[in-house]
Amino acid sequence: MTREDIIKPENLVYKKPTLLNDNTMHYCPGCSHGVVHKLIAEVIEEMGLADKAVGVSPVGCAVFMYKYLDIDCQEAAHGRAPALATAIKRLWPDRLVFTYQGDGDLACIGTAETIHALNRGENITIIFINNAIYGMTGGQMAPTTLMGMKTATCPYGRDAKIHGYPLHMTEIAATLEGTAYVTRQSVQTVAAIRKAKKAIRKAFENSMNGKGSNLVEIVATCNSGWKMSPVAANKWMEENMFPYYPLGDLKDKE
Amino acid sequence: MATVKGAIVVDTERCKGCGLCVVACPVKILGLSQKEVNKRGYPFSMQLEDKCIGCASCAIVCPDGCISVYKTKI
Repeated sequence: MTREDIIKPENLVYKKPTLLNDNTMHYCPGCSHGVVHKLIAEVIEEMGLADKAVGVSPVGCAVFMYKYLDIDCQEAAHGRAPALATAIKRLWPDRLVFTYQGDGDLACIGTAETIHALNRGENITIIFINNAIYGMTGGQMAPTTLMGMKTATCPYGRDAKIHGYPLHMTEIAATLEGTAYVTRQSVQTVAAIRKAKKAIRKAFENSMNGKGSNLVEIVATCNSGWKMSPVAANKWMEENMFPYYPLGDLKDKE
Repeated sequence: MATVKGAIVVDTERCKGCGLCVVACPVKILGLSQKEVNKRGYPFSMQLEDKCIGCASCAIVCPDGCISVYKTKI
């Protein structure tokens, strides 16, 4: 059997979701953002909510989300995506509203908005990409940077005496009354990606069913910020990030 | 004896040569182009051997969604 016999439309088993358009993504090679974009596109497509989905992306690498996903998108000021998502969801209760925020945005500049939106139990989903660094601006220290990790603004490694401790936003969110589903996932292997997809789907379903606010943290890599190859970054993440940010569901209010 | 046979098509212009698919492939038949690069100067992923099982692991881990997977029974 030749290659041409196999490559036929009826034999297709996997392709890029149609909601992810043909614009080439600006992300660095091997960036986890691409995988998460793909998962969001797949989930929205499977739920048949392409016309009803509204994504809110604030400042960070994912600021150009609207260029890659064929859904309605809204830009927010730095850190203010949950506030904007609250407004959109309250005015349009039948829409699927989600925000897509990095760790610098969600855990630092937008801490107040995030915690209050989650605590109010707004029916939105927050997708939180945690790569322990400010990737877009050149690899500065973020609140989630690990102890001893070297970044552009802590070249000798993060030191608790000067910089304090890494912030566990997802654990904080799990203690809030308003949250329905809080989970931490990753996207470095096929199995992890399948789990992350299920988590995103569950979060989106919760927010459509009015169960409360949902937070899906994705522990991600920033290979250019960490100054590693994409494959080495995935390995480094497994060895160093997972002990500090253990994967799994933290809260699931049925 | 394998009863399924797969093949992949890589959108070489979209590929950035990150190499995540190369590691994800369970039958280790993917590699990056050695002498060729795409328009933006990246080496791209390609199927080197004819042993694809159509599991779609490469396509699932691809951050840029460059890979389409085909599978058929033989």
